[in-house]
Amino acid sequence: MGYVLDFSVVYQRLPELLLAALSTVGLAVAGMSLATLIGILGVLTRTSKSRILRIPTIAFVEVIRNTPFLVQIFFIFFALPQFGIRLNPTATAIIALAVNGGAYAIEIIRGGVESIGKGQIEAGFALGLHKGQVFRHIVLKPAFRAIYPSLTSQFIMLTLTTSVCTSIAAYELTSVAQRIESDTFRSFEVYFSITLIYLAISGLMMTLFSAISRLLFSYPVR
Amino acid sequence: MANIGVNELLFLLQGLKWTIALAAIGFVGGGIFGLGVALMRVSTHAVLWRSGAAYIAVFQGTPLLMQLFVVYYGIGLLGVNVDAWIAVAIAFTLHTSAFLGEIWRGGIQSVPKGQTEAGKALGLHYVSRMKDVILPQALKISLPATIGFLVQLVKGTSLAAIVGFVELSRAGQIVSNQTFRPLMVFAIIGAIYFALCWPLSLWGASMERRLAKAAR
Repeated sequence: MGYVLDFSVVYQRLPELLLAALSTVGLAVAGMSLATLIGILGVLTRTSKSRILRIPTIAFVEVIRNTPFLVQIFFIFFALPQFGIRLNPTATAIIALAVNGGAYAIEIIRGGVESIGKGQIEAGFALGLHKGQVFRHIVLKPAFRAIYPSLTSQFIMLTLTTSVCTSIAAYELTSVAQRIESDTFRSFEVYFSITLIYLAISGLMMTLFSAISRLLFSYPVR
Repeated sequence: MANIGVNELLFLLQGLKWTIALAAIGFVGGGIFGLGVALMRVSTHAVLWRSGAAYIAVFQGTPLLMQLFVVYYGIGLLGVNVDAWIAVAIAFTLHTSAFLGEIWRGGIQSVPKGQTEAGKALGLHYVSRMKDVILPQALKISLPATIGFLVQLVKGTSLAAIVGFVELSRAGQIVSNQTFRPLMVFAIIGAIYFALCWPLSLWGASMERRLAKAAR
């Protein structure tokens, strides 16, 4: 044996790693926001009466959910320049995360919208609420409450997925770790340490999401 | 630019073989350990369920790619010389055991409590109560989620490519570098993954509908 663990390289380059961790959070936040946008727009086309809108949406969701993110990010990375779009790897990574997260968001949000019974909406109108009020109080808030757990756990998954963006050399925690590893050959120490950073990031997100849920959804249901 | 010929396709199929093998090893190994994790998680013994919960939290709270890296380099540190595929297979087994453990925990806990009580009243001991009463019902309830995870696992094996292991995705990268046709190659690779995963997804979804109908 004779291998002695030495975490001093990690300690020396901690500022670099923490900065990269911030970038990981930035990638995740940008990906989540765009994914939610795609999710909302996708639900509109997915539930549309027009087949020209509905079928491509279904195909998009199925293709994205049944292929690996790694293949998607490579495909997007090589496809964009063909259309004359030249972006840096980090911007490309955000697009890939948005596309991937968006497909899952469409399915999650659709489930939430469908969980609102028709009778509830009719009851709202019968009580004399107008369209905006019905949408806000009867559709939006309960639907959001219903999808909140699955949507937020999908967000955490997306955050962990950002690590795969190292494959196109986007600036984030894993790619910086790989660079430090190739400088120092302290593979285990570096990866073990950034695993802890990822654990901290996902732990903080979970705490934040459950705090928001307590704030927003603490009203009684029945 | 070179064409993608029979040789390239055969090379991709070699990679596919490893993708399927890794997913199968991960699923079987992870299933065995996952059952242990699920049983720990529902145990009344505080040390057991707490360590089960911690195990699940660590694997669900860190990227699969990091788990691969840490296990891959960690095994090297132990001084044992193992093949790359064994190291990767161990990582997938650990990963799968945590996720299946959590899915099956949900299944076990959704079996009504009266079943356990009836088992106790009949004088069944723990093993028989679990094996003959609780687990068959729990597994049936968790089957759609288990299949859903199998799809995740097949897709997850692609990350072994980043560690340098030649499975389908890595084979695709190699062919792409040789032929300079990345779009074509990754479209083929994507189609192969889709052909593997989509039937599983449809199967899981139809089973979920059937179970929902039976529950009504």
